Amino acid sequence: MKAFSALVAREVRLAWTGGGLWLPIVFYLAVATLFPFITGPDKALLARTGGGILWIAALLATLLPIERLILPDRQSGVLDQLALRGWSDELVATAKIAGQIIAFAVPLLLATVVGSALIGLPEAQLGILLLGLALALPALSGLSVMIAALTAGLSGASALGGLLLVPLTIPLLIFGAGTLAEDPRNAMQLLAATSLAITALSPFAAGAALRAGRI
Amino acid sequence: MASRQASSPSLSAENIAVIRGNRLVLRGLTVAARPGDIIWIRGANGCGKSTLLRLVAGLLSATSGILKAEGRIALADESLALDANLPLEQALQFWADMDGASAAQRSAALTDMDLQDLAHIPVRFLSTGQRKRASIARVLASKADIWLLDEPYNGLDTTSCARLDQAIIAHAASRGIVLVAAHQPPSINVAHSLVLGNQGVAA
Repeated sequence: MKAFSALVAREVRLAWTGGGLWLPIVFYLAVATLFPFITGPDKALLARTGGGILWIAALLATLLPIERLILPDRQSGVLDQLALRGWSDELVATAKIAGQIIAFAVPLLLATVVGSALIGLPEAQLGILLLGLALALPALSGLSVMIAALTAGLSGASALGGLLLVPLTIPLLIFGAGTLAEDPRNAMQLLAATSLAITALSPFAAGAALRAGRI
Repeated sequence: MASRQASSPSLSAENIAVIRGNRLVLRGLTVAARPGDIIWIRGANGCGKSTLLRLVAGLLSATSGILKAEGRIALADESLALDANLPLEQALQFWADMDGASAAQRSAALTDMDLQDLAHIPVRFLSTGQRKRASIARVLASKADIWLLDEPYNGLDTTSCARLDQAIIAHAASRGIVLVAAHQPPSINVAHSLVLGNQGVAA
């Protein structure tokens, strides 16, 4: 357990020293800043569509750290060293996902408060949006580690990562957008269920990809 | 995760064959090591020395044959596995923590490889030879029973080679097992040498 938390702490440190913290956040807030320029200062329109835009921005921000999640550790031999110490690939993937949740998901939630102010979301919607994103972000973290493991070392990994992520996040996006409707309860439950399933499966998919990538 | 602790380490491989990428890299390989053995694995480039070490480390699985390794294993190959932005000392401490080794053991490993003056230098600034010594220091600090060293003498100057020899001899004296893959002959007495011929046949 101590070793596991050391690995999670390493993930967080690598993310925060390697641009993994501010890059997705700046991207996320840039989308929130740019969106009103497109729609114009129409308060009703912004309130209706702004939540959805932040959802899409969060999904796309998930893609940004993918290249540094697995590949550097594979190249530097860190993954080999963990494997030879008896770590299962699934456990390594779980540590990486936990690290992503701390290093990426939590700051993104904080940035959502700023982003929703930039767009001018009604306060009632901010609570729903935060809750929905908080439910979905573990799944997004899991997907980013899984896709990073699948595409590590391939040429054009980031473009391929985008292609892989988009279809996999469709359920999250549909239910996430559903929570912004009149009655968010059903959509919120479905979002929680989908997110739980994706979060629970992603360490196994990522672990299998790590194992297959070991040469 | 660092819980595999054997009373005395041992290593045995029987009739191992490995196929990688449709190519037979090793075949008919048999090797046995007892506590205190230093085994020199030699052979031309591409004869399967690194494959053998990765196999023993459990990073590859044999296509056929039986491999048994008792005891904790440490591997130093061409990948350094130290975080480039961290000072050397902290980067080594990460693995020392993973292995349950103390800060004193980590410092001793740094001193053994004459790296104590570089302890606060970020790993990315180290030279080739210094990086090699750092990866050996990682093995030294790991408290492992079985050392797998892949070309450990590459890039080392004469003094550092002597330090490495001393470390290997000391490890063998404390009933550890050392497998050294090198194309040059080591300057120390080895228990036996394992020659890998063409296609990994143990000659």
